Amino acid sequence: MSKKYKKIVKIEKMEQIGAGIFSIWLEDREITFEATAGQFVSLYCRDGSRLLPRPISICEIDKEKGMVRLVFRVAGKGTEEFAKMKPGDFIDVMGPLGNGFTLEGTKAILIGGGIGIPPMLELAKELSCEKQIVLGYRDSDTFLKEEFEPYGTVYVATEDGSIGTKGNVIDAIKGNDLNADIIFACGPAPMLRGVKEYAISHEIKAQISMEERMACGIGACLACVCGKKEKDHHTNVKNTRICKDGPVFYIDDIEL
Amino acid sequence: MNMSVDIAGVTLKNPVMTASGTFGSGVEYSEFVDLNRLGAVVTKGVANIPWQGNPTPRIAETYGGMLNAVGLQNPGIDLFLERDIPFLKQYDTKIVVNVCGRTTEDYCEVVERLADCDVDLLEINISCPNVKEGGIAFGQNPKAVEKITNELKRIARQPVIMKLSPNVTDITEMAKAAEAGGADALSLINTLTGMKIDVNKRAFVLANKTGGLSGPAIKPVAVRMVYQVANAVNLPIIGMGGIINEEDALEFIMAGASAVAVGTANFTNPMATVDIVDGLEEYMSKNGIEDINELIGCVK
Repeated sequence: MSKKYKKIVKIEKMEQIGAGIFSIWLEDREITFEATAGQFVSLYCRDGSRLLPRPISICEIDKEKGMVRLVFRVAGKGTEEFAKMKPGDFIDVMGPLGNGFTLEGTKAILIGGGIGIPPMLELAKELSCEKQIVLGYRDSDTFLKEEFEPYGTVYVATEDGSIGTKGNVIDAIKGNDLNADIIFACGPAPMLRGVKEYAISHEIKAQISMEERMACGIGACLACVCGKKEKDHHTNVKNTRICKDGPVFYIDDIEL
Repeated sequence: MNMSVDIAGVTLKNPVMTASGTFGSGVEYSEFVDLNRLGAVVTKGVANIPWQGNPTPRIAETYGGMLNAVGLQNPGIDLFLERDIPFLKQYDTKIVVNVCGRTTEDYCEVVERLADCDVDLLEINISCPNVKEGGIAFGQNPKAVEKITNELKRIARQPVIMKLSPNVTDITEMAKAAEAGGADALSLINTLTGMKIDVNKRAFVLANKTGGLSGPAIKPVAVRMVYQVANAVNLPIIGMGGIINEEDALEFIMAGASAVAVGTANFTNPMATVDIVDGLEEYMSKNGIEDINELIGCVK
């Protein structure tokens, strides 16, 4: 378990990289030092009417410069507030939180759907095996796609068929005849259900990153649980805390 | 300068406690907060057996507040006694165990199991709005409040705090009923039942449809109820509902609370509890107050 920090940090870079998608670099040596691919941070709003921190996954970790990158979609008032921030501004953050991906396998498929794409970038950088990277977008308004290219072969699926395979990420995997001994995935629940079905039918081990509304972000409030196959060590029932014991789980352990 | 207060014969080093359900049993927050600095840690509600809780989404943010419908998920008294109490015993703070149940027998079983256990106070949750079978069913009828208080008092070895619901016409009636049943102290308020609708999906945000509203949005209601109850009964009161800073805590104390509990604020600032302890100290020294007890109920 990594050490967590709650502190006010400086925004180094801030840019819009897609429709409603923003990229932000936060400068902090301690948080950066602890962070691993698949973990997240909580960002706190300045507006006092918004009490709950927003959990945002870590997109890149630059240990040399002591900076972490977050890529988020504006989904409401809180993320709208973050999107308006500028380089040099300070933001209240806690992290790194949760458990990241376990680096394993000899041939991997990395799957990112929509705003589940960002955490796969740091994973692609850290994972040393052969990588096939499958990215799912709604339409031609893609983001981060080019940034994945140095780390593996990139396949794209779009719902409207404007780029790559028409359909979802599983259609792209099947259409391109991809195979692997490990799958890593992050995206919306329907996508993860598709990944689970595919992984089980092809007998491929899979790690997935889960998402849920969170309050505390550290495992105290039990707001963000998901169903678990076996009784959980902490909760003593068949569910588990996404923020603390996830967000990354082996797909067989979790009910989707 | 004296910060210590008395709740039913138990001396807290300061009046700041955690509000049940927001702080687990303190393990997670101990990475940010020195638990030795708190008057007491109030644990998340524990039942006789493990509870699965409600489906997700369990929470929703609202303007200046939040709704929760966790549904009292808990690991059950066995694991709680084995794991959570020994953890808390490492610290120099009082332990308040929040007890929940679906039936009177459930509550009694937990209270009995705690009888030989080294904890300081019991807080009985008869006011959870998110569990159909129990909790609130006991808390909205004065006769039921008196009856369950009486039954628990007969078996409890620790002082009993009854936690009251604000979702009633007249909270003083419930307070009087708890007093008549032999309660040693009162906690108020639990959350206010609320609802949020997602207009794009045309659906409830919470899987449970309704949830309990907490946070600064409910503070004025809570302060008013503490004031009313303080003037209606002769029991120490633990005040809570939207406290985020020392000024909020002082409002409750001046309205008549002997201690305060900090809940939702932990989510906004994990150090909220100790920040409030510091803030109270500062307020006292700035205003030349020797004893915090001078402030309890000072606004008439």
